[in-house]
Amino acid sequence: MGTAVTGAAPTVDERVRHTSAFRRMMRRPEMGAVAGTIAVFVFFAVVAGGSGFLSMRGTASYLQVAAELGILAVAVSLLMIAGEFDLSIGSIIGASGMLTAMLTVELGLNLWLAILVSLLFALVCGALNGVIILWTGLPSFIVTLATMFILRGTTIGITRAVTGRTQVGGLSKLPGFDGPAALFASKLEIGGAGFAVSIVWWLALALLATWVLMRTRFGNWIFGVGGNPQAARNVGVPVGLVKIVLFMTTAAAAWLVATIQVLNASGADVLRGTGREFYAIIAAVIGGTLLTGGYGSAIGAVFGALIYGMVQQGIVYAGVDADWVQAVLGAMLLIAVLVNRFIRTRAMGAR
Amino acid sequence: MPVPATQTMEGTMNRTAKLVSVLMVAMLAMVAFGTRQASGQGSRADVVIEVVTHGQASDPFWSVVQKGVAQASKDMGVTAEYNAPQTFDMVAMGQLIDAAVAKNPAGLVVSIPDAEALGPHIKAAVDAGIPVISINSGSDVAKELGVLVHVGQTEYEAGFGGGEKMAAAGVTNALCVNQEVGNAGLDARCKGFTDAMTKAGAKVEVLGVDLTDPTGSQQKIAAKLQQSPDVNGILTLGPTGAAPALAALRDGNLIGKIQLATFDLSPDVLEAIKDGDMLFAIDQQQYLQGYLPIVLLTLYHDNLNTIANPILMTGPGFVTKDNAERVIALAQAGTR
Repeated sequence: MGTAVTGAAPTVDERVRHTSAFRRMMRRPEMGAVAGTIAVFVFFAVVAGGSGFLSMRGTASYLQVAAELGILAVAVSLLMIAGEFDLSIGSIIGASGMLTAMLTVELGLNLWLAILVSLLFALVCGALNGVIILWTGLPSFIVTLATMFILRGTTIGITRAVTGRTQVGGLSKLPGFDGPAALFASKLEIGGAGFAVSIVWWLALALLATWVLMRTRFGNWIFGVGGNPQAARNVGVPVGLVKIVLFMTTAAAAWLVATIQVLNASGADVLRGTGREFYAIIAAVIGGTLLTGGYGSAIGAVFGALIYGMVQQGIVYAGVDADWVQAVLGAMLLIAVLVNRFIRTRAMGAR
Repeated sequence: MPVPATQTMEGTMNRTAKLVSVLMVAMLAMVAFGTRQASGQGSRADVVIEVVTHGQASDPFWSVVQKGVAQASKDMGVTAEYNAPQTFDMVAMGQLIDAAVAKNPAGLVVSIPDAEALGPHIKAAVDAGIPVISINSGSDVAKELGVLVHVGQTEYEAGFGGGEKMAAAGVTNALCVNQEVGNAGLDARCKGFTDAMTKAGAKVEVLGVDLTDPTGSQQKIAAKLQQSPDVNGILTLGPTGAAPALAALRDGNLIGKIQLATFDLSPDVLEAIKDGDMLFAIDQQQYLQGYLPIVLLTLYHDNLNTIANPILMTGPGFVTKDNAERVIALAQAGTR
């Protein structure tokens, strides 16, 4: 797929038609999402600006919602550019969060150590996803669907067998809670509102992912693997390795969200993260990443998550009856995707 | 040179066979681990009571019901099988009831969150001559379906009681936070709460949240409080709604300014009540809803005993600062 060389340096050649900087910018995958974000922001600023949407606390609240989804969506967009899906991340959130909680509350392990063990666990889950897919040649959709159920069931089964309950709480009373809490679940006071540190994680990861995608050889490999795996293999790209690393990345992102939630809520629940995998895919797709792979951006996923956060919180600020929230959310998402596509075809069309 | 097709095929088959065998072993281990041991001995162990509820295994509330079922079957020496659909899915639950009836058990225990969807399945069980006891939700339809007795708390009355208590605490403008939109029982709780509050001259608004997303729920509640600054009371319909509501109040320094109460108990809820951060919890003592039907059905099986009241009330009971400490110890054990 031609779009695989997005990052290539421009060369002066009279045969290449000159395109304006504006048009080139409009061709970036994330442009639709940026336009959608502006549209959604303006909409809620008008409808709900007076009731708190525009306040610092309102901003902090939708950014926190967007951040936890955004962390997932950035990793998922990389994987989707490489042409794969990961449906197991929601279950990995539940499993690794519960693992951290059980290791500390039930077994008395040091919290830092427990968080590290959970990370290792998540990485192993991600690697297993990748290895099974490569081994069997089955679509990742099916394999990760299976691991999604296996992980969720195992989490529920083990938690209930060990504790007889489905929620494990009381982490904030543990010695050594403050250090990890500061890193993963603290609030930064800005203008009288507390901005969650997860927002920093989200933006830092998005920048890192964008740098990898646009400026490194690994980034080129990701586009190559998703665009045409056979061609990529022929030019020496380690297709299997790239995919396994990307599955480990999505699993690690799920672990990060789990850790943030466990420390924020001072406990874990076996149902945490249910359905998050689909929200992450939605955010990546709104961000301009193609379901078929080979095209997309990590920054786009940031805006996709931002749209979700603003819609979810904006509806509440707008005072829409709770019964209608999901319907409005669905309609807004559809509109965002359509705007996204309209802008892309307009920008691409006049080539 | 490209690898011959047959060889790669063989390689894939080999790996597939290995993977399949690993999965089979893991699956067998899980099944063996998950199988409940038949409790008791003698003829009563052959008395099988099927329990089908809408309580997903992961819900802490239903965890306690399940404990009640397990303890009762141990105490009575009978065998009880507990089943629930993976998600809140009435079609799947109907199928589970059909499967339970097909085993021709000595008794059937069901929750009825949706009478329209489950009614025909329960009727079929009654028609097949199986004694049925309904628990938790469905008190209004139990009698016409031919159920022996309903063991539970009537949701509307419990919500009404909660509303009276909250109005007495001086709340004039309240939110009813629903963490499981679509559950008729929860709607009735909200309705009862609203009616009692309205009677006392207070206002109530309903807010739906998602029980699987704590951050989203917390931010939604925080946003609602910012949007409606007059709100001075919140009633959540379960612990999975209470935890994010409590976090939202703590974050916004609103503890004490906004009174928080909830349906049902969890360790976090009890701690908050003990510390004075929450007003009260409406307790329906669901352990009884698991325990009593097993006892009643065993007695019916052995001795044809029945209860005369149409509804055996297990709630509402209230946990307040006065009795929170004692209930905490029991909740840690997973029976409250």
